[in-house]
Amino acid sequence: MVRVKINGHEHVLQTEPLARLLDVLRETLGFTGTKEGCGEGECGACSVIIDGELVNSCLIPICQVDGCEILTVEGLAVDGELSLLQQCFVEYGATQCGICIPGMLMAAKALLDSNSCPTRNEIRAAIAGNLCRCTGYMKIVDAIEAAVAAKLEVK
Amino acid sequence: MSVGTSVTRRDAQSKVTGQALYVDDYRLPNMWYGATVRSTVPHARIKNIHYSPNFDWSQVVICDYRDIPGRNLVALIYDDQPLLAESIVRHVGEPIVLVAAPSKELARKATRYVTIEYEELPAVLTIEESLARKQKLFGEDNIFKSYTITRGNVDEALASADIVVEGTYRVGHQEQLYIEPNGMIATVQADGTLLVQGSLQCPYYVHRALKELFELEDDKVVVIQNTTGGGFGGKEEFPSVVAGHAALLARKAGRPVKLVYDRSEDFIASTKRHPAIIRHRTGLTRDGRLIAAEIDLTFDGGAYCTLSPVVLSRGVIHALGPYNCPNVRISGRVVATNTPPNGAFRGFGVPQAAFAAEMQMERIAQVAGFSPVELRRKNMLREGDTTVTGQILNYSVGTAQVLDAAIEHSDYLNKLQIYRNQTGSKRRGIGLSLYYHGSGFTGSGEEKIKGRAAVEFDKEARIRILTGSTEIGQGTRTIFPQIVAEELGIDLAQIDFEESNTAKVPDSGPTVASRTCMVVGSVVQKAAAALKAELIRRIALSCSLPEEGVSYKRGIFYHQDQPLMTLTEAAARFCQHSPIRTEARYSSPPGIKWDDASYTGDAYPVYAYAADVVEVEVDMDTYEVKLISVLTVSDVGKAINPRLAEGQIEGGTVQALGYGLYEEVFWKDGHMLNTRLTNYIIPTALDIPDLETILIENPYPYGPFGAKGIGELPMDGGAPAAVAAIANATGAFITQLPATPERILEALCQSKHLSDSL
Ligand code: FES
Ligand code: FES
Repeated sequence: MVRVKINGHEHVLQTEPLARLLDVLRETLGFTGTKEGCGEGECGACSVIIDGELVNSCLIPICQVDGCEILTVEGLAVDGELSLLQQCFVEYGATQCGICIPGMLMAAKALLDSNSCPTRNEIRAAIAGNLCRCTGYMKIVDAIEAAVAAKLEVK
Repeated sequence: MSVGTSVTRRDAQSKVTGQALYVDDYRLPNMWYGATVRSTVPHARIKNIHYSPNFDWSQVVICDYRDIPGRNLVALIYDDQPLLAESIVRHVGEPIVLVAAPSKELARKATRYVTIEYEELPAVLTIEESLARKQKLFGEDNIFKSYTITRGNVDEALASADIVVEGTYRVGHQEQLYIEPNGMIATVQADGTLLVQGSLQCPYYVHRALKELFELEDDKVVVIQNTTGGGFGGKEEFPSVVAGHAALLARKAGRPVKLVYDRSEDFIASTKRHPAIIRHRTGLTRDGRLIAAEIDLTFDGGAYCTLSPVVLSRGVIHALGPYNCPNVRISGRVVATNTPPNGAFRGFGVPQAAFAAEMQMERIAQVAGFSPVELRRKNMLREGDTTVTGQILNYSVGTAQVLDAAIEHSDYLNKLQIYRNQTGSKRRGIGLSLYYHGSGFTGSGEEKIKGRAAVEFDKEARIRILTGSTEIGQGTRTIFPQIVAEELGIDLAQIDFEESNTAKVPDSGPTVASRTCMVVGSVVQKAAAALKAELIRRIALSCSLPEEGVSYKRGIFYHQDQPLMTLTEAAARFCQHSPIRTEARYSSPPGIKWDDASYTGDAYPVYAYAADVVEVEVDMDTYEVKLISVLTVSDVGKAINPRLAEGQIEGGTVQALGYGLYEEVFWKDGHMLNTRLTNYIIPTALDIPDLETILIENPYPYGPFGAKGIGELPMDGGAPAAVAAIANATGAFITQLPATPERILEALCQSKHLSDSL
């Protein structure tokens, strides 16, 4: 039995202990926003945040997250209102096909949670484990930078 | 004003929240999962298929070619590719047996209990072996298709040329590498209708393939496109195979079957960019004018023809680059080998041709001592000039504008000088490319398919766009509404977009060939204009007015200058019982002529043009190349949505830089060796600097509001510009892609540069 908190809600799971977190999220719990692009930790499409840390959910056996708090893309918007990062992704044209975007958003969130004022290079480094074949990364970096700027303004 | 503004994407909200559903996100009731048994040898006769007694076969369903009710082939150009191998396999990864099971794991497990017994045949694995006819694979000469373009007298011109420069260029495979692997779900409905949904670019290609495989009438096959996680051509023709397999299993299992590839299987099974060998012999006058060009291209088609003839044709037509030359002979052929079939990939033959053409310009500049800019300026196509196929370019030729802007914004000339003859351990270099890409299908292609699109106007005065053109990330679902909003002078919020479903939308032709915005966009615009005309007709009739007296502007109908009724009132009046639907078809611009037999005439309605300047830094100890800056200037005709247009160009440019610097497929005995993202390397956010993207608008009179096609353009110029920059930095002139550290070292060893410095 594995107990996890996903996007703020408790789940008690009876699953095979070595099942991949990615499959449990997608298949068992229906959080299909988390994507699979490679299944071996190289593309970042499956990125989620576990206890504040960015991880590839395709590499994590479910037994390892017992007692953890997990954030997926579905947990970013609150009551239907997009988070600042999501808004910036929309506004700056950061999405094309969109398959990498949930992972990108999680990587960006993990960065912003630990560094309130990253440079463009730090942003690039933070999403270097997330492959995007559509955008050339430019507008994704722009969007994250805009979110940083907007956040600083609020403060 | 809608066209020309960067409205946000319609699908952005669903994509940032994780709500957008891709094929693997669907789970239908009672659904099973498919898996594929593939050939492990490049060429063999199948002697036997063993199903191990150590597996309980009653829990799964198995299909082979005998389960196909219609003809066992993937309908495309030549009808040579079976959906499932029968007695012969022609490449590693060729599908032979399919399995469906209640779980993905069980389906995959079952495939490991199937053993294929082969009698191996000699395999042809390279272009050279195919041309030498080591083994007959296709026809008498292994050539799927060849083309020749001739203009003037190239032999005489070469003989009289002051300068003759030769060059041979090679490129290998490139994988499209959409981040979402291929996948389909098939269901057979109670009335026998075959319903297939999945990741794809061209619903009507899949529709046609399924009809033939299963001998079904038009309305008994329904194809729905789910949100698609990237295509780049890789989901143009290949999804027909996946759909056919899923459908075969679903029929036999009597339940929905999902077939989704994992990354390695996608690498092994799916089509890639054609490798090519391209030779140039160019004759020039003393002052640097091109007077003769002899170009020879050989593409590796792989085991089956797929779309190779059309890929080759585009490569051949673009082989000289955007330059004038009165005497030309271009010969191209695509050959069969026992490697997996190659197919559509953004650029479609041009990235290969453009790499060779632009490196040849660089070589000419180097050998004859011309400035790379002056050489291009002197020879580039301008308005009124004639292309290799005899097409007179009457409008929208942006070569001078893109080149001038690129030079100016990059300080190219200055840096080119400064970077020559560096001695440090880190050396910078700058490189230039000038290129073009024909928008829409080649030759008579658009005339043959005459793409259709429609709009529907309902009683709430909402407008629905119906088209077979799909959204694959490039922005179809955002720019078509912009075009309709502009045509009708109404708010974007009034416009809907029908789902991509063959039962609901007309065949607009495939979503390929940089044709969606320019070609289908103009048809959508026409359909909206037809709606206007139809409403005017009805209003005139019901108000007993002459049609000529009724006009429309921004949501209001007028009689002479008096407002008659609004669009909303017209909707209430005429659409109470059913919506009004108007449809339009593509027709070529006036004066377009193409002759398939002589391969002459207007190859494309128009070309888009671009110039790239790439700056690199090469580490002279490791030969690693770091990108310092990348500038792209593109003549797009008109940017319907500038931000989306930039996004296309940025993404395409990065794919092109991947092609130029990193991406390589390694082979051994017909097997792809690097079938993982750990060893097939594409650019990451850290490899790519900030991109500078400049749009130039040189309107095309017959595109929607002047737009040209730009989807593929940015794929053509990044590789030669990056490789030219490496040459500027190091003196290493690389003729084979990708320009890896090993190739830089190799080129340095060969060049004089090194011996001088020793
Ligand atoms: S699917 Fe987990 S990193 Fe690619
Ligand atoms: S938007 Fe398509 S992979 Fe990133």
